[in-house]
Amino acid sequence: MVSIARTPHPREKRIIFKNIDRPGWTNEIECYFRDGGYEELKKAFTMKPEQIVNEVKASGLRGRGGAGFPCGVKWGFIKPGGSKPVYLICNADESEPGTFKDRYIIHQDPHQLLEGMIISCYAVNARLAYIYIRGEFPEGAKILERALAEAKEHGFLGKNILGSGFDLEIYVFRGAGAYICGEETGLIESMEGKRPYPRIKPPYFPAALGLYMCPTIVNNVETLCNVKHIVRIGGAEYAKMGKPNNTGTRLLCVSGDVQKPGYYEFEVGGITIGELINDICGGMKPGRTLKAVIPGGSSAKLMSAKDRYKIKTKQPDGKMVEQEVGLEDIPIDFDTLAAAGSMAGSGGVIVMDDTRDMVWVLNNINEFYAHESCGQCTPCREGSLWMKKITERMLHGGGVEQDTATLKSVADNIAGRTICAFGEACAWPTQSFVAKFRDEFVATAGKKGNTNGSTNH
Amino acid sequence: MSAPTELLNVQIDGVWYQFKKGTRVIEACAQAGKFVPHYCYHPKLSSPGNCRMCLIEMGMPKLGPDRKPELGPDGKPVINWIPRPQISCAQDVAEGMGVRTDSALTRECRNGVMEFLLINHPLDCPICDQAGECQLQEYSVEFGTAGSRFLDEKVKKPKRVQLGPRVTLDDERCILCSRCIRFMKEIAHDDVLGFASRGSHTYLTAYPGRVLDSNYSLNTVDICPVGALTSTDFRFKMRVWFLKETKSICTSCATGCNTIIGTRENVIYRQTPRENDAVNSAWMCDYGRLNFHYVNSAERLKIPQVRETEGLANASWRSALATAAEELKQFQKDAVAVIASAQMTNEELWLAKKLIDSLGATYHDIVPRFGEADDILMSADRNPNTLGAQLFGVTGERPGAELPEIAKRIGSGEIKAVVALGEDLTQFGLTEGELKKLPTLIVVGILPNDTTRSASVLLPACAFPEKRGTMINIKGRLQRLNRAVQPPGEARDDWEIIRDLIQQLTGSNGIYLIEDVFKQIADAIPEMKGLSFSRIGDKGVQLVDETEEARAAPVTV
Repeated sequence: MVSIARTPHPREKRIIFKNIDRPGWTNEIECYFRDGGYEELKKAFTMKPEQIVNEVKASGLRGRGGAGFPCGVKWGFIKPGGSKPVYLICNADESEPGTFKDRYIIHQDPHQLLEGMIISCYAVNARLAYIYIRGEFPEGAKILERALAEAKEHGFLGKNILGSGFDLEIYVFRGAGAYICGEETGLIESMEGKRPYPRIKPPYFPAALGLYMCPTIVNNVETLCNVKHIVRIGGAEYAKMGKPNNTGTRLLCVSGDVQKPGYYEFEVGGITIGELINDICGGMKPGRTLKAVIPGGSSAKLMSAKDRYKIKTKQPDGKMVEQEVGLEDIPIDFDTLAAAGSMAGSGGVIVMDDTRDMVWVLNNINEFYAHESCGQCTPCREGSLWMKKITERMLHGGGVEQDTATLKSVADNIAGRTICAFGEACAWPTQSFVAKFRDEFVATAGKKGNTNGSTNH
Repeated sequence: MSAPTELLNVQIDGVWYQFKKGTRVIEACAQAGKFVPHYCYHPKLSSPGNCRMCLIEMGMPKLGPDRKPELGPDGKPVINWIPRPQISCAQDVAEGMGVRTDSALTRECRNGVMEFLLINHPLDCPICDQAGECQLQEYSVEFGTAGSRFLDEKVKKPKRVQLGPRVTLDDERCILCSRCIRFMKEIAHDDVLGFASRGSHTYLTAYPGRVLDSNYSLNTVDICPVGALTSTDFRFKMRVWFLKETKSICTSCATGCNTIIGTRENVIYRQTPRENDAVNSAWMCDYGRLNFHYVNSAERLKIPQVRETEGLANASWRSALATAAEELKQFQKDAVAVIASAQMTNEELWLAKKLIDSLGATYHDIVPRFGEADDILMSADRNPNTLGAQLFGVTGERPGAELPEIAKRIGSGEIKAVVALGEDLTQFGLTEGELKKLPTLIVVGILPNDTTRSASVLLPACAFPEKRGTMINIKGRLQRLNRAVQPPGEARDDWEIIRDLIQQLTGSNGIYLIEDVFKQIADAIPEMKGLSFSRIGDKGVQLVDETEEARAAPVTV
């Protein structure tokens, strides 16, 4: 990956991405040392593991992989003194369309991840950890292998790390190229050498019955990097960034119809969709207007620029005030986007302008999910391909009047009825696209060339 | 609510029931008379929860500020319903749990899954072997629609795949429930099946370089809820709705797996396992299952025959039995041998012992059959009723121990008369020439062999699916055979033939029905006291308890 030296935007708050594209920065450990690397690990070893867990709890850090589950709460599920070994897995299977943040950490700042991981392992008492990296990142895997070797050489891995008495090995595990391996229980199955069919929860919550049926913590790359900074500044100080229940910074990956797509880091909720597009990403392309945004990776529900959204904001006096705002005025944080009917997800912001054909866009997304459905649960397996077949047929002039209604009902029959969240991931695009741009779907379905129903029943 | 600790209170469709702790929700619903449709769930296998047909609404007691369940006006807990539907196959009941199996949401879920399962299904029911016992068909009636909203091309998948020597796969019919995969892994201990590819293109296959050739492969056909896996032996032979089903047991080894024999117009088309947790769970081996074709053979012996100068000639039963008795009466005790079979029923063996006693025959035994036991169902003892033969004294502690002596004495001419009940005497070293030299050889049999060809009197009898009677399996369980088909031609029940022979030798014995024989046995054998065919029932009766099992097990050779 070519690294282009680029100055962060003044509105950014770069903590995790501090070294990304930094002039003179390399991913070697010596460079990391020059920047104070592994000092937080030394500090962590002066603390008790439960102190670190408490700091992470106090920080309010929420998972950066997509679900936004509080990291400290997740760690708290691991009961100290259990008879089984604890595993920690770094989920580096970054596969959500529109998301490209973790790969920059891996490529340019792998030691930040390793330091965060080692601290996290110490906190949850994991003596064996894995970095599960997607198969499509061969270069990233190589870089991580080298970084692991460097860390080991300097005594940050292995037996009795820095004289702490704590032992740890970290291994890179390469995926074979399936989106579902990013689902934590699918990932675990895959590591066990099986088809990555997500497990039923309950009872197979990783913290209780994870890898090899042992307690396992699965955290995203960005989440683990944050742990290093929480140790550095303390949980309370960290929690001052962002806003309550939405603390810290967030990496955002902007793609689509903006002048300057790219990756940025802001305090959570520190920027609105409109500011991101117009102030940071150089606005829409000339002569184009904003049509819609998918704020958190392709599975997040689409938000239309035409709509008004009810959001709650906390006033200085602590009161919550409900406001109705336009799309551009929505701040990007977990709770606000959820309240507005979508989600912060994986931080992949996909921007669409007025030239976009929504049936085409949905078909593009449907094609991805039909291809990636693992096939375990009936509704997702059959429904994802069916939705793709409908949108594709509509695009090729074979639409029929009932297609719009069928699309919606197929999606409704998937969401909430499958083992894992892929059901929602593949249904939400269709549900939201049809709801927000119904007229476009009806129009496309009625376009000339219709066969008005094939006989292929 | 002060339920005993082992019972949990669960509300199903508004009514409160009590279930044992550890009961699956889907089983609890069934016990309450609320059947929950399902495909992937099978009570004998692990629950993957993948078909999503068993989605129901579930809830747990609403807790008050004191963390105790809030009670409604009826004094029962108020239930907090989970908004998302839940699968009922992978969870056990819990105290105060609420379940709705017939709400609008559950119906919507089932209709949705049903539609999804059918959109890529070939809908080739007219030529599908599963038609008539297909759960896609069954649930379509309740949860399907008459028309299809699916306007696009169906997914194409492999068809007529020979997964192994006995199982044929149609991947387009497969609903990917994974029952067969789990059976092979969890029960047959041969992890040979798996899914390949992804999403709607997923298909069932054997691992590269492997075939589904386990001796238990046909169980996958039984548990396949659709027509994806079919028995290569049975397929296209008969529509299942024409099959008459007779409960019986398998006689291919000493396990005595419970079976259903499927017949139409006196022809056997298939055998399938019948659930009995005391014997075979829900399974049977392929060997036993397919070991019935000889019954339908055109070669079956149909008419009694008596040796004339030119060879065997057809005779009436009356004259054949009279001839047999006349011949046998000529010899001294030590010149007569009776070779019986541990493939005979208890009733036949009981009468065989009476025949032995009537003749005063010094030499008698059975022909043992041994193979290799597996750790699943198949017993090393391939005779189904060795215990019966021992119990009635037809053979001793070591079945077959007398055979070398008998063979020697036949060879030397000291034994001049042999009664062969269902066994081919060449199996223990005798030659056809030696048998031909015997002055008297009374043979009861079903198919021609060297022994029947050497008979002086040949009496055609019944194969196991043509009989009523009982057998005792290797674990000391008394089980019943039932007649599924009539014997061919003039062939008669073995017990009647032996009874008539005894009658010819010693006069009337007051036995008219097979029940009379069983009554004699029940009166004589303490373990069977008070038993009758009806008391034995469909699932048998344990005669010896587990501690005596070792004693009851036959000696191995």
